[in-house]
Amino acid sequence: MKNRRKLGRGVAVVGAGMSKFGMYKDKDSKDLFFEAFQELVASVDKGLDPNDIDALYVGNFSNDFFMHQSHWGPILSDLIGVTPIPATRTEGACASSALAFREGVFAIASGFYDMVLVGGVEEMSKCSTEQVAEGLALAAVPYENQVGFTFPGVFGTIATAYFAKYGASHENLMDITIKSHNNAPLNPKAQFPYTIRDMMNAKIEKAKAKGEPIPQWQTEKDFLRDPRANPPVAWPMHLYDCCPISDGASCMLLVAEEIAKNFTDDPLYVAGIGQGSGRGLHSAPTLTSFEATKRAAEEAYGMSGLTPKDIQFAEVHDCFSMAELLHIEDLGFFKAGEGYKAVSEGLTRLDGPKPINTSGGLKCKGHPVGATGVSQLIEVWNQLRNKAGKRQVPIKNLRIGAAHNLGGTGGTSTFTILERR
Amino acid sequence: MGNRAFSDISYQQFLAEEKLMGSKCNKCGAVYVPPRPICTECRKSDLQWAEVSGKGKLAAFTCISIGPSFMIAEGYDRKNPYYVGVVELDEGPRVDVRLEGLQSKPESIKVGTPMTVKFLHRGEGDSRKTYLAFEPVQTQPSVAR
Repeated sequence: MKNRRKLGRGVAVVGAGMSKFGMYKDKDSKDLFFEAFQELVASVDKGLDPNDIDALYVGNFSNDFFMHQSHWGPILSDLIGVTPIPATRTEGACASSALAFREGVFAIASGFYDMVLVGGVEEMSKCSTEQVAEGLALAAVPYENQVGFTFPGVFGTIATAYFAKYGASHENLMDITIKSHNNAPLNPKAQFPYTIRDMMNAKIEKAKAKGEPIPQWQTEKDFLRDPRANPPVAWPMHLYDCCPISDGASCMLLVAEEIAKNFTDDPLYVAGIGQGSGRGLHSAPTLTSFEATKRAAEEAYGMSGLTPKDIQFAEVHDCFSMAELLHIEDLGFFKAGEGYKAVSEGLTRLDGPKPINTSGGLKCKGHPVGATGVSQLIEVWNQLRNKAGKRQVPIKNLRIGAAHNLGGTGGTSTFTILERR
Repeated sequence: MGNRAFSDISYQQFLAEEKLMGSKCNKCGAVYVPPRPICTECRKSDLQWAEVSGKGKLAAFTCISIGPSFMIAEGYDRKNPYYVGVVELDEGPRVDVRLEGLQSKPESIKVGTPMTVKFLHRGEGDSRKTYLAFEPVQTQPSVAR
């Protein structure tokens, strides 16, 4: 019965806000978190008095390494003027803010607090690509780091194992990239709000203007197959298989279920929440699945009484195209070895039966690592409350959505199911 | 050998001595490379050192164009990418390794290729470091270069 655990009392989401994700020379972590917090305050339908916030949990992975500044809990509680309430930083690599969300849920479910602010922040773009690659690799398993793996390298490695086992190819991963880029222009918070077609046309126009040879791409896949347009980063992961370097912040307001209606007539409820840990490439049960994700999913499905079929749409941690493919199998949306077919058949598109990463995903929305987990839940919040604008999932009676956040080589994984009643 | 702790430091010391060593559970026989101080199969801490053959097959790989600073210092970059991957040893465990002696086109490399261990020594004195690497097994007598 380990995975049938219930929360001590219900927890609701009543507000949310995030900065636009991007690369900012003139904004730092505090500016971005403040932007997110201001949007959150405005999002609480019946108003929020920040004096009622009992505690802050904030995810941050690597500002110590990237910005030479650690200890972000009190910096942010001070920023938004809520000291001396407890402010705690959580770290689970790229899953850092999903852990903040989870700690906030438990703190309320235990009965200790009634209102908790959770969120995350990361500032990466002021470092070089090499520095970022090296900084992110700190979250890999030591044996991977010692021989020169990077994260694109980890997922490139997983891709060769998956391709060999199931007969998929890089062409299938291109379908994931094209799909995410089709969703991104519909998201005003996305770092890269462009379709692949947009970028092809821009490059063709640029070549014409400069009088250079005009690329002969006909289809999006022609563009993605061209190593000049889409160079390898860690073969078979190419530039357009990889999420960008990003700055950003996100936050959510959690309250005890019994007081949720004091803040909004349309709260969302935490139906299921799960977390797992994993072992890295050398020791994982297989190279084509993350045990941490399977555990997180089991726990969240067990708590909610829901099954993968009940999840109407989901945000999954597509740090790399290959990662999205693994997750949609590990979360039970598709059988092991069949996810690539589902993707190439269009089942995960915005208008498909199982929309995945309607926000554009990490690939296009951006991946300021510590802010990502809560930002994924914000997409679920927007979709379930029918506020996703042009990217609104066209499924009637949208009621159940979920977000999956991953850290490291599957070292930390979370799965959170939200419900609109 | 028997006195060394089942630790990453010992593992690295053995690599410097050109030995690929793991720990073997005296209760259930499970083998761990790198060594573990506890058997994760039966949870017992009764283990002994075991040298493995250094033979295996390529389980997965990648060819990295943008590496960490220590690989850049060795001269690797977008124009000169390097291979790393996972080798499944004949004894069962998998190891994360640098890959040497592979063809320059990653498209032509096959998962499942038989591999053999190679110890890469870099640096001198206190900064001397040994990396675990594997290379394809020569299927034909090697030709003098």
